[in-house]
This record gives sequence, structure tokens and C-alpha cells, in this order.
Amino acid sequence: MLGVLAYRLGMMPLIIVAVVTILFIIFQFIPGDEATLVAGATATQSEIRQVRHQLGLDRPILVQYGVRLGELAHADLGYSPTFRGNPLPRILERVPATLLLTASAITLAVVAGVPAGLFAAFFVNGWPDFAISAAVVGLLAVPNFWLGMMLIALFAVQLHWLPSIGLNGPLTLIMPTVALAARLIALIGRITRGVVIEEMRKDYVRTARAKGLSDRVTLVRHVLPNALIPIVTVIGLQTGYLLGGSVVVERLFDWPGIGDLLLTAVGLRDYTLVQGITIIFVVGFLLINLAVELLYRLINPRLR
Amino acid sequence: MSGVSLPSIRSARRSNWFLWGGAVLLAFFAVLALFGPALAPYQPDAQDLFTLLQPPSSAHWLGTDEVGRDIASRIIVGTRSTLSIAFASVALAGAAGMALGLLAGYFGGVADRAILALLDVLLTIPSMVLAIAVVAVAGANVFGLTVAITISFIPSLARLVRARVLEVQAEDYVAAARGIGMSDLRVLLRHVLPNTTSVVVIELSLMAGQAVLIAAALGFLGLGVQPPRPEWGAMLGASRQNLEVAPFVAIGPGLAVSLLVLAFNLTGDGLRDWLDPTATS
Repeated sequence: MLGVLAYRLGMMPLIIVAVVTILFIIFQFIPGDEATLVAGATATQSEIRQVRHQLGLDRPILVQYGVRLGELAHADLGYSPTFRGNPLPRILERVPATLLLTASAITLAVVAGVPAGLFAAFFVNGWPDFAISAAVVGLLAVPNFWLGMMLIALFAVQLHWLPSIGLNGPLTLIMPTVALAARLIALIGRITRGVVIEEMRKDYVRTARAKGLSDRVTLVRHVLPNALIPIVTVIGLQTGYLLGGSVVVERLFDWPGIGDLLLTAVGLRDYTLVQGITIIFVVGFLLINLAVELLYRLINPRLR
Repeated sequence: MSGVSLPSIRSARRSNWFLWGGAVLLAFFAVLALFGPALAPYQPDAQDLFTLLQPPSSAHWLGTDEVGRDIASRIIVGTRSTLSIAFASVALAGAAGMALGLLAGYFGGVADRAILALLDVLLTIPSMVLAIAVVAVAGANVFGLTVAITISFIPSLARLVRARVLEVQAEDYVAAARGIGMSDLRVLLRHVLPNTTSVVVIELSLMAGQAVLIAAALGFLGLGVQPPRPEWGAMLGASRQNLEVAPFVAIGPGLAVSLLVLAFNLTGDGLRDWLDPTATS
């Protein structure tokens, strides 16, 4: 376990350097001149030249690349015109909001998806199974931001039950969480149902029944622990969706996270900030995956 | 999205319904995409300042938007750009993903390790974040969207193809083909490639649904097809400001996105059962 942890943490800087390299290459193709943007609309030619020199944009590309990596080693993401300096502290202060949103989405997905899948499997081919399966197909087709808009229209505008924007108390967490979690609820429900139906055919289930356990006890005590492994796998595979989806959901609900900041950066054409936030997303992705892997080893005795 | 196939929700008996339902829905959207401008009851950009934000009626089935344009007509005409972005990005990602996956899986060694490392790095960037970053560079238009979605699809597809190639290579008929002296290229094109196609076709139809979702999300954020061209995501973005007085404006375009994604998902799931009956799903 510690070996895996050490290896993954050791690989992280390498992966980040690789991501920075790929982003550096992609962003070399930007039409438009960063120095002109930073200097502002009223700048003269010589002022633009001065800014270009200050930003180091007049140096050869390989030197710029080297400087970028050097800055990165000192936790410096480069010069962001929006924040007039290293944007890292301003990005980090927005991380907790995004973390809160994704963590509560994962929690809701497990709390809603697992029972739904169990229920469907328990009544396999009956009407509850059909209704849940139809809901799964529906949830997988609906865009998260549209679901969010419909929730706002219903619960904020019509019924006045929930506040529609911002992060301000537990009530504001409800709608963004539901919008982001919908897809994951469906996927977890689907996999739980599939695994439980498969496990129910196995010998240990027959043994449990033969010794007189009720269906419900067999399901919860013996089958469910075996279903946990694929459920954790699904969560791991959907990390990318959760982080990417949070960008759109944050914008819809004016949620003060890093996704919202990313869109602001794109609007302001602050490419240093765009790259910096992308790197933070990658770090988040790696950390969540690491957590999932450790959890995976914890619940799967074969990997211990 | 990834190479792991998840148990899904239907029995084999129902699967043909999935495929048929998906195909019929797709055919419907294809007709809208091809003949949209002729089928739409109104001009998609015809403004009528006397009919702002009108609820659905017999004259305007889905109501009118904030400048009095007919929402149904804008949805019908907007089908073409969404469907072409989905098809173009899936076709490009399919070609690039297959090329990379075949190269890595078939030749192995250094090529495999290098390609795999690149793919794994790209996979750490959430695809929506990558798409937003690429659109920021490539421009908010049909071309930029297509490039962005294509790039975000290539890594997982290439990984899927590579895994399938490794499976196929272990088959006896590949060893036999090599044994009778076929060249690498010929084995690759005649035996390996055809046996990866069904996996790829299934994945691509599911990815087409994802492409529709990403395109709509970027349109919603103002990073997609620019107004006044009608596009579903952008229509949803514009409807947001009137959500309090006219929520119906958001219903039509959202349903259109959901139905098209549903069509691709049903087709993909149906194809999986049809082409790959051994899959546990």
C-alpha cells in the first residue's frame, strides 16, 4: 500500500511536467499576441515591446519553455495579467468550493445510486426494475446544465424552496450537487444492478440462503460487499467527468470554484491563468484517482 | 468512455428495441439536418418584436424567444451544426485513435510505450477542461469545437483500440497469417484491423452522444457556435436570463439535446449487444 502511494506521488511531478509541455505546445498556436493584450488597448508600440520583454516573450521558444519549467519548480504558474502575478494563490483559494461540490456529488451518487440498483436487482424484470432502468437511460442523456436549469425553474422560480445561485449555506449546495451527480447516479445504479444480479447466481448466495438467511439479509450482508469493487471502479472512471462537468455547473449556479475561474480566464484571454487552472485540474484528477485506488485496495482483499 | 465495459441494464431480448429505437430517432434527426431550412415553419432568424417570449401556441409550437424568433424553427435548423460537429469529431477521432492504437498495439516495444505514455498524460486532463482550453485557442466556432472534441476523444479511443489489438494478436489466425509469410502491413490491414472495427463502432456511437453533450455545453458557455446561427447549447445559454419569466424557452432545445444523445446511446448499447454478444454487459 505504501509502495503504491510513494510510486504514484513520485510520478506526479513527471506527469505535471508532461501536461505543461503539451499545453505549452498547444498554446504556441494561439493567434494574437499576449504582450499586446497585457499592455492594453492604449499602449504604444514601444510600451508593447517593453511588456513583451518583461514577460520574456521576446526570448527563443526553448528558453521560454525552460523558464516555465523553472518557475513551476518554485510553485510559480507564470505571469497572469488578470492577477498581475503568479495566479496560484488565487486559484487555490477557489479549490475548496470545487472540492465541496465534487465530494457531495460523489456522496449523493453513492447514496442514491446503490439503493436504486439494489432495488432494481431485487425486483429484476418487474416494474420497479423497468422504472429504474428507464430513469438510468434518461439521466444519461440529459445535459447536466439543462437539468440544473430545470431545477432552478422549478425549485427556485416556481416554488421558492431553494436559492438558485452562489455558495451560501447548505441549501445552495443542493441543486448544483444534483445536477452534477445525475450522470454518476445513473452509472452507479446501473452497475450495482448488473453486479448484484450476477452475484446472486453464485454458490455463496445459495449457501447463505440454504442456512436460512432471508433474501434481504443475503443481499445486504453478502452480495453488497462484493458489489462495492465495481462501484468504486465506476467512480474512478468518472473523475474526469466530475471535474469537467463541474466547470459548466459552476458557471450555471455562480459557484465560486476553479471551473468558474477557468471560464473567466478564457473570457479575459488570460492564457497563463487557463494553463494554470488546467494544471490544478490535473493535480485534482491525479489525487482523486489515487484516493480511489487506495480505497480499492482497502475493500479488495486480493490486492492487499 | 473507457475500455472497461459496464454491465448495462437490459436483457438481450430487449436489445433489438434499443438498436431500432436509436436508429429511428437518428433517422429523424438526419432528416431535420438535411432538410431543416425547408421544414422549419419560420425563418430561424426572423425576429418579431410583437411576439416576444410567447408560450407555446398553435402558431409557435414551442413558443418564441427573447427577440420573437420561433424556437421550433431554430431547433430544426440548428440540428445540422450539432450533427455535423458530432459526426466530424467522431470520424476524426476514430481515424486518429485507430491509427495510434494499431501502431502501439501491433508494433509494441518503444512505439507502444511512447504512445501509451502520451495517451495516459492526455487522459489526466478532464475532457471538458481540455475542450475549453482548446476552444480558447482554436476559436469559438464549428471548426474550433470539432478540433476540441476530437482531441479530447482520441486518448481513450486509442487505448481501447490498443487493448483490442493485443487481444486479436493472441489469436491463432494471426500467428497462422504470419507463419505463411504475410508482411506486417498485410496482417495489420487484413486481419487485425477488421477485428477491431466492431469495438470501435460501438464506442464511436456512444462518443457521438458525448460529443453532442460537450458541444451543447460549450455553446451554453458562449464558447461554441456563435449567434445569430441557431445552435441548441447557445439557445439554452440565451434562455437563462429569462428563466424566471419564460422557462419554456429552455425546454425545447434541452429536449432536443437529450433526444439526440439518447438516440446515440441507444444505438451504441444496441450495437454492443448485436456485434459483441460475448460482452458481459
